[in-house]
Amino acid sequence: MEAVAALPANAGTRAPLASDAVRRAAEGLLIPLGALAVSMLLFGVFVLVLGKDPIAVYQLIWKGAFSTSFAWQNTLQRAAPLILTALCVAIPARAGLIVIGAEGALVLGGLAAAVSGHLLSGHAPLAVQLAMALAAMTAGAAWIALAGGLRHFRGVNETIGSLLLTYIAIALFNHFVEGPLRDPASLNKPSTMPIDEASMVGNLPGLDVHWGLVFGVVFCLACHVLVRHTVAGFALRVVGGNVRAARLAGLPVGALILGSCAVGGAAAGLAGMVEVAAVHGSANASLIAGYGYAGILVAFIARHNPLAIVPVAILVGGINASGSILQRRLDLPDATVLVLQGIAFMAILAAETLYGRARLFQPRGA
Amino acid sequence: MESEALGWYGVPIAVLGGAIRVSTPFLFVSLGECLTERSGRINLGLEGVLVMGAMSGYAVSFLTGNAWVGVLVAGLAGMALGLLHGLVCSLPRVSDIAVGIGLMLLGTGLAFFLGKPYVQPKAPTLPALHLGDWSASPQIQAALQINVLFLAGIALAIAMAWAFRATRWGLIVRMVGDSADAARAMGYPVAAVRTLCTAAGGFLAGVGGSFLSLYYPGSWNEGLSSGQGLMAVALVIFARWRPLACFWAALLFGGAGAIGPALQSVGVTGGYYLFNAAPYVLTLAIMIFTSSPNRTLAGAPGELSVTR
Repeated sequence: MEAVAALPANAGTRAPLASDAVRRAAEGLLIPLGALAVSMLLFGVFVLVLGKDPIAVYQLIWKGAFSTSFAWQNTLQRAAPLILTALCVAIPARAGLIVIGAEGALVLGGLAAAVSGHLLSGHAPLAVQLAMALAAMTAGAAWIALAGGLRHFRGVNETIGSLLLTYIAIALFNHFVEGPLRDPASLNKPSTMPIDEASMVGNLPGLDVHWGLVFGVVFCLACHVLVRHTVAGFALRVVGGNVRAARLAGLPVGALILGSCAVGGAAAGLAGMVEVAAVHGSANASLIAGYGYAGILVAFIARHNPLAIVPVAILVGGINASGSILQRRLDLPDATVLVLQGIAFMAILAAETLYGRARLFQPRGA
Repeated sequence: MESEALGWYGVPIAVLGGAIRVSTPFLFVSLGECLTERSGRINLGLEGVLVMGAMSGYAVSFLTGNAWVGVLVAGLAGMALGLLHGLVCSLPRVSDIAVGIGLMLLGTGLAFFLGKPYVQPKAPTLPALHLGDWSASPQIQAALQINVLFLAGIALAIAMAWAFRATRWGLIVRMVGDSADAARAMGYPVAAVRTLCTAAGGFLAGVGGSFLSLYYPGSWNEGLSSGQGLMAVALVIFARWRPLACFWAALLFGGAGAIGPALQSVGVTGGYYLFNAAPYVLTLAIMIFTSSPNRTLAGAPGELSVTR
C-alpha cells in the first residue's frame, strides 16, 4: 500500500550520525509523551462533563501513585506483573505478530506454579522457587507458542487466536481450581492447595516490594540484549520487517516466530508465578485481574521496546494503584482507570501517524 | 429443571432453543463486522462495542421505561465507537488491528464506568413472540420463544446479501474492499466509505449488545459479555464474508454456547467450565480448519489486513 512505500528506507549501509540517533530518540520520546498529554486532556474533559474536578482527579492519581514511599511501593508492586505481561506482547511484535494472549499465559503459569510449589513442599525454598518459576515459564511459553504455531503452520490470525486461547485458558483454570485441584479448606474463595510459607518469594531488602520487580527488570534487560545485540535478535527483526525477505535469506522463520512467542509466553507465565508465590500464596480467581490486558497497553506505549517497558509499566501501575483512592475520595467507579487507559491507548495509536512526519526529527541526509 | 419431563431428550431441544436465543448477538455483531470487513478494514474492537451497547441499552431502557428506545441508543452508542475506529484508522500508517484492541479496552472501560449505577435496578426488557403455543410441551414452548430482534437479524442478513450483490452501494463497498486503487481510480473516497461501513457495523454490534442486556440474559453486569464480540469476528471469516452464511454460523455458535446450560439442566454439573468453553474451542477449531498458511482465503476482500 502507499503507506508502506512512504516509510523511510531503513537499511542504509552508512553508519548513522550521532545527531541522527538523537533526533530518532527525541521523536520516539516526544511523540508518545505528546499523545499521553493529549489523552490526559481528553480524560480531563470527560471528567469535567461528569461534573468532577479534573485537577483534583489528577492530584489524587499523583497522590495514590507516586507521592509517598507507601504509594511508590504499591505502584512498583503492580508494575512487576505488567512488565512481564508487556514483554509477552513486545517480543512477538518484533517478529511482526500482534499477540494479546498474556492473560491466558499468566493464569496458566500461576496454576503451574501453585501446583508445583505444593507438590514440592518441604524441599529447600530456593529449589521450590526455581521449580515454580520453571513450571510457570514452561506453561506460559507453551501456551503462547501454540498461538504462534497456529499462525505459522495453519495461517490462523494470531491476534484472534491468542485471545481465544486466553478464554480457553481461563476456563481451564476455573475448572481445575474449582474442581480437581481445589483445596477443600478454601470455602468462600476456591483456591488450590497453598504453597509453604517458607517457599514464598519475599520482599526486596528494606522495602515492601517483592522480588518480582527485579525478575521483570532483569527479563527486560535480557530481552533487550537478545533483540538488539544477538544474531537471533537481528534475524527476528528481519522477520518482523519483511517475512518474504527473511525466507529468501534462508532464515528459519518458523523457529524464530515460535521462539519469540515462547519467550514472551515465558515472561507472562513468570508473572503468574510472581503473583502466586509473592502475593496470593495459591492460585485463585484473584489472578484474573486484567494484568494481561494492561500489559498490551504498556507494550504499545513503549513501542515494543523492552527497555521502555519498565518506566511505562511503572506509570500504568501507578494509575492502577490510584484507582482505590479515586473511589474513596471522589466516589468515582473503579473502572475510572480503565477509561483513562483506553483513551491513552487510542491516543497512542493515533499518534503512530506522526512518525516520520516532522522535519525536525528526520536524519539530515534524508 | 426445564427439561426434567423429557429427560435426555430435553437436551437437543434446549440446545435448539438456546441456539436461537444465544445466536442473536452473534448474528448482529457478525453482520456488522461483515460489512466492515467487506469494505477492507477489520474492527477487532466490536467486543468493546457490544459491551457498550449492552450497558447503554439497559441504562436508557431503565431511564425511559421503553426497551426499544434502549435498543436505538445502544445502536447509536455503537455507531459512535465505530466512527471513532473508522476515523482513527483513516490516518495514514495506523494499524486497524491495533486500534481494534484499543477500542476493545476503551469500550469495556467506558461501559463499566458509566454502567456502575445500573447494575442493581431492573429495567424493562424486550418482549418475546410465543411461537410454540401449539405444543403442549413446556420445553418446546420455551425453545420457541423468539425475540423480534432475531427475526430482524434474519431479514437484515437477507437484505445485506441482496445489497452486496445487486445494488450500487453494495458494489462500491465491495470495490473499496477488494482494491482501493480501483476505487480511487473510479473517484470514490476510500477512507470515507470505510469509515461509514465501520460506523454502520458499530451500530449493528451495539444493537447486538442491547439484546444481551434487554432480552437474554436480560440484565446488566460487568461479566455480561464473554468474548461474543470477538468470536463474531472469527465467525465472519468462517462464513467467508457472506451475510447468509453469517446467519447459519451464528446459529451454530449459539448452539455451542447453549450446550453447557442444557447439560446442566439435566444434572451434568462436572466440567461446567469446560462445557462453557465450547464456543471458544469451536471458534479456534473452525479457524484452524478454514485457514491456510499458503493461500488467501476464498472470498476474502483483497484489502483485508487480517488475511494477508
